[in-house]
Amino acid sequence: MPRYFGRKLLIYGLTFFVAVTINWMIPRFMPGDPVQSMLARANIAQPEAVEAMRVHYTDLFGFDLPLWKQYANFWAALFRGDLGISIWLFPTPVADVIARAVPYTLGLLLPAVLLSWVAGNRFGAFAARRKWLDNTALPIGYLLTATPYMWLAILLAWGLGVVAGVLPVAGAYSFAIQPEWSWDFAGSLLQHWLLPFASLFLVAFGGWAIGMRNMIIYELEADYVRYLRSLGASGRLIRRYAFRNAILPQVTGLALQLGVLVAGALVTEIVFSYPGLGHLILQAIQNQDFFLLQGIFLFIVVGVLIANFVIDVAYVVVDPRTRVGMGGAA
Amino acid sequence: MRNRVRILVPLLAAGLVAACSGGGGAGEPASQAPPGADATAPPAAGGAFPRNETLYTSGTQWGPPANWNPLREWDFATGTKGLVYETLFLYDPDADTFTPWLAESGEWTGDKEYTLTLRQGVTWSDGKPLTADDVVFTFELGKMETVPYHPMWTWLSDARAVDARTVKFTFTKANYQQWANNLYSRPILPKHLWEGRSEDEVMNGANERPVGTGPYTYHSHDQDRMVWVKRDGWWATKALDKEVKPKYIVDIVNSSNEVAMGLLLQKGLDLSTNFLPGVANLVKGNFGIKTYYPEAPYMMSANTAWLVPNTTKKPLDDPEFRKAIAFSVDTKKIVENVYGNLVKASNPTGLLPQWDKYVDQDVVGRLGFSYDPARAKKLLADAGYKDTDGDGFVETPGGGKIALKLMVPAGWTDWMEASRVISAGAKAVGINVEPDFPDYNALVDARNSGTFDLVLNNEKQLANTPWLYYDYLFRTPVRKLQTTVNFARYENEKAWALTQRLDGVGTDDVEGMKRVTSELQRIQLEDMPVIPLWYNGLWSQTTDVVWKNWPSSVPGAPKHAPTVWRNWLEMGGVLMLTEIQPVAG
Repeated sequence: MPRYFGRKLLIYGLTFFVAVTINWMIPRFMPGDPVQSMLARANIAQPEAVEAMRVHYTDLFGFDLPLWKQYANFWAALFRGDLGISIWLFPTPVADVIARAVPYTLGLLLPAVLLSWVAGNRFGAFAARRKWLDNTALPIGYLLTATPYMWLAILLAWGLGVVAGVLPVAGAYSFAIQPEWSWDFAGSLLQHWLLPFASLFLVAFGGWAIGMRNMIIYELEADYVRYLRSLGASGRLIRRYAFRNAILPQVTGLALQLGVLVAGALVTEIVFSYPGLGHLILQAIQNQDFFLLQGIFLFIVVGVLIANFVIDVAYVVVDPRTRVGMGGAA
Repeated sequence: MRNRVRILVPLLAAGLVAACSGGGGAGEPASQAPPGADATAPPAAGGAFPRNETLYTSGTQWGPPANWNPLREWDFATGTKGLVYETLFLYDPDADTFTPWLAESGEWTGDKEYTLTLRQGVTWSDGKPLTADDVVFTFELGKMETVPYHPMWTWLSDARAVDARTVKFTFTKANYQQWANNLYSRPILPKHLWEGRSEDEVMNGANERPVGTGPYTYHSHDQDRMVWVKRDGWWATKALDKEVKPKYIVDIVNSSNEVAMGLLLQKGLDLSTNFLPGVANLVKGNFGIKTYYPEAPYMMSANTAWLVPNTTKKPLDDPEFRKAIAFSVDTKKIVENVYGNLVKASNPTGLLPQWDKYVDQDVVGRLGFSYDPARAKKLLADAGYKDTDGDGFVETPGGGKIALKLMVPAGWTDWMEASRVISAGAKAVGINVEPDFPDYNALVDARNSGTFDLVLNNEKQLANTPWLYYDYLFRTPVRKLQTTVNFARYENEKAWALTQRLDGVGTDDVEGMKRVTSELQRIQLEDMPVIPLWYNGLWSQTTDVVWKNWPSSVPGAPKHAPTVWRNWLEMGGVLMLTEIQPVAG
């Protein structure tokens, strides 16, 4: 057991290091100079003034140092918990910018991921047993899972937001109210949350339902099921066994899909102008805000790694065979 | 145990979904409140903004409000300068007049001496009075190198408070034009709060809870909005009988122009200063959306869009070649097809309509250009550009191939379309120009370091003086990085000397100014360092659901610039707020 987790942790550590390094590198290889773009937007009349400011900000952000030094400083600052200052939202610290956006992203992502997984698996298992349901659920499921998040989001925004006018298409809560502990605010928050959530939920739901449906059909053909059946076991018991076996690849799938889901959430946020991390990433790229971009990716990398680790642990819990295997190895 | 969980999870899911849709239904009136009909929705206690007292604006901020520092004129929260910090004068670009604002009066009391008298009874929002010391302090902040108006101190030698209301400025060189510009663009800061701040704090401080002399103070902000609330005791109410009408101003952070369009159609916005392609159809149709002019060009003009050639590159270093390009551009097609008449074709000099009086019609008549492919071909042939290899495009007189790239930032759809029109026009006369859409940052890099061929640019807003316009065209020396003016890298000592001379002409000496600008126009049209194409609009769309009496060209309506753009509130925006009226009561 310790060896298993020790190996896992080592892999996670390596992944973290490489991912963070790539995050650091990529924005710096983009063409352009963030300080110059910032000052270009500033639109100041006097070239002398711009020159003085350019020197000042290049120095302030440390862009005048050699690359290897910038890289070393980056890790040093990271271990102090300092993510730097945003260039785009100067002078707000990156940690503040991210902290304000994270609740929205998590509030969207966690329910969407968990509910779609649970509901998708249930529905898939259920659909596999009903011929007529299977015949309708399968094409719909395929359609849903093949839909890009952003496209479904646009359809929903257009249909329910613009044409029907039932739900708002932008923002996290009404522009007429302020955050407070009230039903008005909670209602507004929920109302704005519903569409982005729905577009994430539906796409993921389709994928899980199809996966589960296929797995159940496969499991129901397995030898142990035939054996159980020949022993005269009840259909209910057989289904329970089949479900437990079929859920295992779905757990692995969840781990594999997490990255895709996060990416989907980011795109969906942009469509609905939902003030989460997705909108920030887009702006950070457009404004060459290295520090904000690094910070967000760092957050995502850590989040996905932690989630994967949790799933690893969960896998050990749900699949007794892994425990037996580890016991034998130890 | 396991069984119970298995039932519970879907139940929970169903419950949540039900709760969401239920919540959505119940919350609907609250969220539909901005679109109108708020009389039926009871305003929630404390947290809400009553619709009939709130002005919703958008179009200025493209990111969460991050600082309230009026010296950061490019990224402060909408309204920091104008609503909170005020300037000494206001400037009306349409009438070309200065209105004393924090100043009661100001005049040149000597060749190189300017005396300013402050208004009495102006107080900061913390109750302290505004004094001459504040003005002196503000200008002396410019001695810090990174403060944008630092270069002023190369010709301003001293700012001194004579008494509590009088300030005397002494100059080493009287740059009347620039000085007039500074009079209405420098926000005056409270010395008692800013004194002792380091240079880093002055330029890089967020300045939360700003204290100014203006009609509004900070209320709250979030990632997607900035909220100002009206304050009691604004000096202009007593002194000028002016009162800003909205109790709250909620400026909405733009996520995209499409979202702004949606909000505007739902009447959730009173004033949208976004660029909304095709808005002409909405103005003409019955959608309740209005613009400054009820017909083309719909918007006031705010800046000139130029085609900027890199005059250090062959063959763009040849004025005849640049002229040939100028004659090949079908500006009418850009105005009509790309913009749907939302913009106006530019005068060959590029001087904005508000500067019309400085245009020397005689020079323009002789040297001006217009869309004329035959003329462009003739110019090319006369200068020795011929198609020697038969590929349909001309070669240089030396026989070298010509392939030029016209850069426009990716995603700027109107400019991308315009660049396609320009490219097609150039190709039709035999000049190989291809549109190129790099990322904005890459474009800035190429433009500043001079590695581009052709680029579109409009980075000079309307101002009180055409001096700023010629400063943009002719400023020398050309540096390694051209960050803000003269992207064409055009060097003409005579033109730059004339521009400096223009700076020294008194602002009331219009004839004197005209004499200099006429010469500058001749040089400009003969050498064509940039090719003016069209005037971008002061994008502004208003709705009449909650607020009326918006600025408009219609007789009897106010004529101020209908905008909350940065650095435009002192060009009429704040007066607009005093003129609009609530529709109900």
